[in-house]
Amino acid sequence: MSDMYTEKVLDHFRNPRNMGKMENPDGVGKVGNPQCGDVMAIYIKVKEEKIFDIKFQTFGCTAAIASSSIATELVKGKTLNEALKLTRNEIANELGGLPAIKMHCSLLATDALKAAIEDYRKKKKGD
Amino acid sequence: MKNVYMDYAASTPVDKEVLDEMLQFFDKYYGNASSIHSFGVDAFNAVEEAREQVAKIIGAKNDEIIFTAGGTESDNIAIKGAAYKNRDKKGSKDYNIITCSIEHPAVLETCKYLNNIGYKVKFLPVDRYGIVNLEELEKSISKDTFLITVMFANNEIGTIQPIEEIGKIAKKHNVLFHTDAVQAIGKVPININNLNIDLLSISSHKIYGPKGVGALYIRKGVKLETIAHGGGHEKGIRSGTYNTPGIVGLGKACELGFKRMDYDVLHMTKLRDILIKKVLEIEESYLNGHSTQRLANNAHFRFTAIEGESLNMMLNDAGIAAATGSACSSKKLQASHVLTGIGLTPELAHGSLRLSLGRKSTKEEVEYVCDIIPGIVKKLRDMSPLWNR
Repeated sequence: MSDMYTEKVLDHFRNPRNMGKMENPDGVGKVGNPQCGDVMAIYIKVKEEKIFDIKFQTFGCTAAIASSSIATELVKGKTLNEALKLTRNEIANELGGLPAIKMHCSLLATDALKAAIEDYRKKKKGD
Repeated sequence: MKNVYMDYAASTPVDKEVLDEMLQFFDKYYGNASSIHSFGVDAFNAVEEAREQVAKIIGAKNDEIIFTAGGTESDNIAIKGAAYKNRDKKGSKDYNIITCSIEHPAVLETCKYLNNIGYKVKFLPVDRYGIVNLEELEKSISKDTFLITVMFANNEIGTIQPIEEIGKIAKKHNVLFHTDAVQAIGKVPININNLNIDLLSISSHKIYGPKGVGALYIRKGVKLETIAHGGGHEKGIRSGTYNTPGIVGLGKACELGFKRMDYDVLHMTKLRDILIKKVLEIEESYLNGHSTQRLANNAHFRFTAIEGESLNMMLNDAGIAAATGSACSSKKLQASHVLTGIGLTPELAHGSLRLSLGRKSTKEEVEYVCDIIPGIVKKLRDMSPLWNR
């Protein structure tokens, strides 16, 4: 079962970084569909256009959990514009690769991040 | 504790007695069982002894057993063999073959294929426990129906079908009755005459025999058309040189399975019931399948708000080998057809866990698993945006 995942994937799965719910986030992005077996939520706190803090919650497989964990690590401290540039391939590469049928999991992570940033910007506009 | 195997429904270890019996047929009695010299005769005699051992576990006659390469091949030979023999029924208005929606893919995909090439197949729905509706089954029979194929016990949720009643209906309407008994052999007493079964599939590696060998019971007088032509072995139904070591292993496995059935069933039922009771103490955990019409070694659960692949991965990290019907663990990325077949939404099917016990399972192993699961479920729920408690 574990042969299909790299050590890095398993490390992020076993020791997820930035995992959990966030109190009073500045932006929330929730994507996926429980029917498909993946739901990802990313919570961000923003200071001076930078991701000051980030957390995730994921319902999904090993690859989905690892993808969301590493995505939070990759964008923490980055500006929002930099964070928006994160691609699914970067996530997969950082994990040392993902099985072909699990590539959509990394896309879910970038989608959740984008949604969280959009949510923040929308709220900010509203203020 | 490390390395707890709870996936006996997927495969079993070869029993030491079985292995010992097999070994000499690799390098000592290596002749072709079809040859007339003494090397061939030694192999032939071993194949025939195995045939008797296999026949005995289901109450059949020796010459009603043919050897195959496994359960999937047995299912294909039985179903396609019956269909091709009845090709004049193809294109009829009424159903030719009746099966059910939660069959093993070896049966389900074969039936779908036949449906695609012009046979009419009825895929019976099942109730929430996985049991076929007998009324609907009988209603689906017409003069064009030549085969009913319903599994003895389900490989995922362990539900045992009302085989005796199905056999009666098949006999009453003079329709062939095939059953995939791969999971049931050695766990449920089977007598093909009492149950009116005409065709029955057996796999060796589910009953402590080697992989790559199986058998098909064909009631005397039942005519099948071959699906693989060749040298005419096994009455022309299944050509190919006899896999003597494998066949000897299957024979021995059946002998042991028959001898030990009562003990095995009692042992596994006891452990299964502890497992079910303990795991169901976890909040929002549920048992899939039937509470009593259930294989002695099967416990199948679902947990709200977590996903089965990651659950299995964490169990694997704790040294526990289990299985799931989650989409994320399948190559097709679709939730198990068995779980959706019993009415679970894909969302509910994702959080499933199958623990299947075996002859060598111990109480210590069960207790270890019961200790580990709650923590893992909690860890995954803490991680899940769908769990809001």
